Amino acid sequence: MPDSRPLPSVGELRRALDAGELSSVEITEASLERAESIDGSLRAFTGMRSEGARGDAAASDARRVEGKGLSSIDGIPVAIKDNMVMEGEPTTCASRILEGFVSPYTGTAVGKLRAAGAVIVGRTNLDEFAMGSSTEHSCFGATRNPWDLDRAPGGSSGGSAAAVAAGIVPAALGSDTGGSIRQPAAHCGVLGIKPTYGLVSRWGLVAFASSLDQIGVFARDASDAALLLGAIAGHDERDSTSIPEPVPDYRAAQTGDVSDLVIGLPREYFVSDGVDAGVLDAVRAAVAVLEAAGAKVREVSLPHTRYAVATYYLIATAEASSNLARYDGVRYGRRADDPSGLSDMYHRTRSEGFGDEVKRRIMLGTYVLSAGYYDAYYRKAQQVRGLLARDFQGAFRLCDVIATPTCPETAFRLGEKTGDPLAMYLGDIYTVSANLAGIPGVSIPCGQSSGLPVGLQLLGGTLAESTLLRVADAYQRLTDHHEARPTAV
Amino acid sequence: MASLARLTYSEEETARLAADLEAILDYVETLGEVNTEGVRPMEHVLPLETPLREDRAVAAMAPDRAVANAPVAKGFAFVVPKVIDGEEEG
Repeated sequence: MPDSRPLPSVGELRRALDAGELSSVEITEASLERAESIDGSLRAFTGMRSEGARGDAAASDARRVEGKGLSSIDGIPVAIKDNMVMEGEPTTCASRILEGFVSPYTGTAVGKLRAAGAVIVGRTNLDEFAMGSSTEHSCFGATRNPWDLDRAPGGSSGGSAAAVAAGIVPAALGSDTGGSIRQPAAHCGVLGIKPTYGLVSRWGLVAFASSLDQIGVFARDASDAALLLGAIAGHDERDSTSIPEPVPDYRAAQTGDVSDLVIGLPREYFVSDGVDAGVLDAVRAAVAVLEAAGAKVREVSLPHTRYAVATYYLIATAEASSNLARYDGVRYGRRADDPSGLSDMYHRTRSEGFGDEVKRRIMLGTYVLSAGYYDAYYRKAQQVRGLLARDFQGAFRLCDVIATPTCPETAFRLGEKTGDPLAMYLGDIYTVSANLAGIPGVSIPCGQSSGLPVGLQLLGGTLAESTLLRVADAYQRLTDHHEARPTAV
Repeated sequence: MASLARLTYSEEETARLAADLEAILDYVETLGEVNTEGVRPMEHVLPLETPLREDRAVAAMAPDRAVANAPVAKGFAFVVPKVIDGEEEG
């Protein structure tokens, strides 16, 4: 096994590129070598893009020689979650049903990264169709947590989180429908930001629950996240839910000053029942750091919090059952062998192609949308969703940022929850509300509990990414939890 | 229900699925506690109008590329099993 080392942050790589100490080709080779050396045991990737990445890196170096660098991420290796399409590359969603699929086009977020000069080195593992909280529901097998290979990295963007934590890449894209960026970021000890719904175009992101899905970024620190988010954000006429606003300079907003801000602590989130004591201690200590830096702290209330998970699983499964109707063995992916007719083809293609968790959610979604149950389940959930959103509007009249634990516990063991779907769902209690309300959230490392990373979640109002990344950066200037490195790889 | 979703379950799988769904549906019953009288269902998080664009022709994906991923294609068409005569409604 070659003696590979974890890659440093985007900021450090950029300094080395600017100083001529390293080329993009060298950095990209280091990334590919790191993957080669540790990904056999980590399984963060579903596929590497070695030749394409080498070509892109050489092109970046050529631009640099000519003095035509495209952006602050030009030449930086980045990974993308394997539910975002890129022309000429496979997209699997970790599902057998997309076997053999090669995308005829590139999605907007990936296209923007490439246009900025980033080098896409590979596609990362996920729960099938992004449905799950552990990256165990993958046809490629589970991704391992780089802090403890017997534990799950969280999910569904567990491959991206693990790849950044293990230093295979300094940054990666993920998608977050109910916490699928923030929860694995917390469990793997990296930063993960889910932007406001509509900030990043969903064009070219394989749909799971279209009113909740949003693309975001994994990085080591808040300044790197600011650069990456700035590169992928912005209006796109190909996504009709894309927000037509200019993208602010997130990096410029990172002044280190939080003295003008009020941080709200929702009393419903800080309960001892069902929450790891070490997690609560670490989060409280992080809030104390921000308070010492001049932020004001006050209690707020989000009274409908206890209904968020139920609301989320009704809406997400309803939308999923509709979105996944397109996998029928006709236009792409696999088709069952020797179908006896059209109906047999549909049934067997889908039953053989989808995994258990995806089928479970399609069934639940089909049930809650069916005639006679629609009002009791789906419509009721949409009403409670409105109340949850109203809770946040009320809270943000009293504070600028809400601080919570990202998850009630640290990374759990592989297999610990796969037999009990409801137990897996309940772990999403702190993250799903942001998707239901459409607001942004970021998880940053804030220490450890029993040797495993703890995530601090910061939530903001619509389009408050600048404020969230400013607070995250200020915290990281005062602490070094984001510099802790996993020891198992 | 499985047939609506175009999925097939064995007897053993059905029992397992029924138990899982029952536990989940029991849990979501908690929403019944919430008074939602007069609350408008929230269909979307943003107050966006349906965006309109100029009515002009743009290039679509070339047909050969559109069928390139098909399990079975003939020319620029997707090929499926015959659906007439006896085959129940798709």
